[in-house]
Amino acid sequence: MGRFRKHVIQPILDCWSLIVGLKITGKYFCKPLITVHYPRQTIDSENLSTYGGHVELIGKPKDPATPKCISCMMCVTNCPSNCLKVVKQKAPKPTPEQEAAMKAAEEAGEKVVKPKAPKNPAKFMYDYTKCSLCGTCIDNCPPKSLRFSNNIYWVATSREEMNIDLLARLKEQATEVSGAAPTPKVEAPAPAEKEA
Amino acid sequence: MFGLPMILINLIIGVIASMAWLGLNALVLVYCERKFAGHIQRRPGPFEVGPHGVLQPLIDGVKLMSKQLLIPDNADGFLFWLAPILSMIPVLVLFMPIPFSPHFGLEVNLGLLLILAFSSFNGLAVILAGWSSNNKWGVLGAARAVSQTVAYEIPLLIVVMTISFMSGSLDMSVITEQQAGGMLHWNIFKQPLAFLIFIIAMFGETNRAPFDLAEAESELTAGFHTEYSSMGFGLFFMAEYGYMVVMSSVCAVLFLGGFHAPIPGLDSWIWMLLKIYAGLFLMIWARWTYPRVRFDQLLNINWKWLLPLATANLLVTAFVMKL
Repeated sequence: MGRFRKHVIQPILDCWSLIVGLKITGKYFCKPLITVHYPRQTIDSENLSTYGGHVELIGKPKDPATPKCISCMMCVTNCPSNCLKVVKQKAPKPTPEQEAAMKAAEEAGEKVVKPKAPKNPAKFMYDYTKCSLCGTCIDNCPPKSLRFSNNIYWVATSREEMNIDLLARLKEQATEVSGAAPTPKVEAPAPAEKEA
Repeated sequence: MFGLPMILINLIIGVIASMAWLGLNALVLVYCERKFAGHIQRRPGPFEVGPHGVLQPLIDGVKLMSKQLLIPDNADGFLFWLAPILSMIPVLVLFMPIPFSPHFGLEVNLGLLLILAFSSFNGLAVILAGWSSNNKWGVLGAARAVSQTVAYEIPLLIVVMTISFMSGSLDMSVITEQQAGGMLHWNIFKQPLAFLIFIIAMFGETNRAPFDLAEAESELTAGFHTEYSSMGFGLFFMAEYGYMVVMSSVCAVLFLGGFHAPIPGLDSWIWMLLKIYAGLFLMIWARWTYPRVRFDQLLNINWKWLLPLATANLLVTAFVMKL
């Protein structure tokens, strides 16, 4: 009886699943479309926020134009596609007075304080054509200075345009934010004043 | 007129009209297929060419025609180009005995036989295409496609025989006539099992999904039409849609009362077209619902289920008719 059930009754019961399948696709046929006709419509920012576009730098909370990056090279070492390129800043050349002071300190046997190189990078290049958006750089960044952008409308006609200067982009974003949103407008000049 | 006998002019007009009908159907069905697929997957489908993409199939046709005609090295050129033509031409004949309306359609008392005989030409075309391509994938694909068509033809024939047993005729207009007088006289209610078998065999016979192993281009190297470019492939493609229309029409005539309306007194060719297109939409709907079956499954369904069921159905019908 078990064989009869397996080979005769079960297939007949299985035919019901065919009807169920037709019902499901029929239901989807009647539902409204969910795709967007891109050039005429775009996705709202709420949906964009979950999208992982190319990698970009995060600015310091008080100084959005400078990245949190400390040029530790963790992202470059861990990138499987080798698409990041970071150049550290060199220590500034001491002025003649500083040099004289340093020499004097050395002669006196005191501890010489050489000017340190700033931690933020001099250059942060990113080749989007090689990137596979794996997020390893983001996971490995100690100061949490990298994130996926939600820049999905990125079009270029040449490979070179896809080689993005992330520092320049961050600066652009900082000015854009301060230009567009009214609240950071007040805050944005504050760090500039401090620097001055 | 021009010294030509009237019958010749009629013939030429008839051939041109059926070619136009075939081409138009192919265009409309390609569009419907893509739109249906789109809506089932909740995307718009073709949208850019013309309003809602209605010109897309035309543009596709132009693109197909503008491609180069290629013949593989050492292939048999004559047979190679004969195959798509042989696949296409019989479809034109197949529309002849189908009664689209009370006054339209050839009354031949072997109408069904003619359809079954000429639709088998497709198997020959397929095997010629595969054989003459000088390509092992082509030969394998052709063997696969032919074993499928031949297998599914048998239950189809038996089911058709059941219906002609009941009506005592192979003339399609006679079969239609006997289903007159309302929906309940249609053969679908007298022979529900035969209808089911016919529908399944129709999918197999026209190489439609889930039985489209003849043309699984990404999984099975397309099979018999691997080497065909341009309109060579286009003709196979059009023939497939032609066979779909024919099979759907035969289904409408045999089981759904042909041009008869569900309520008596409203008979018109519109009902026939509605029924044909309902059948075609069922085929498209099924294509975007079911996954493709494996080849052994395909043959198992046919030899282990359809054939015994069709034979049992035929025997029972014969017994009941004799009583």
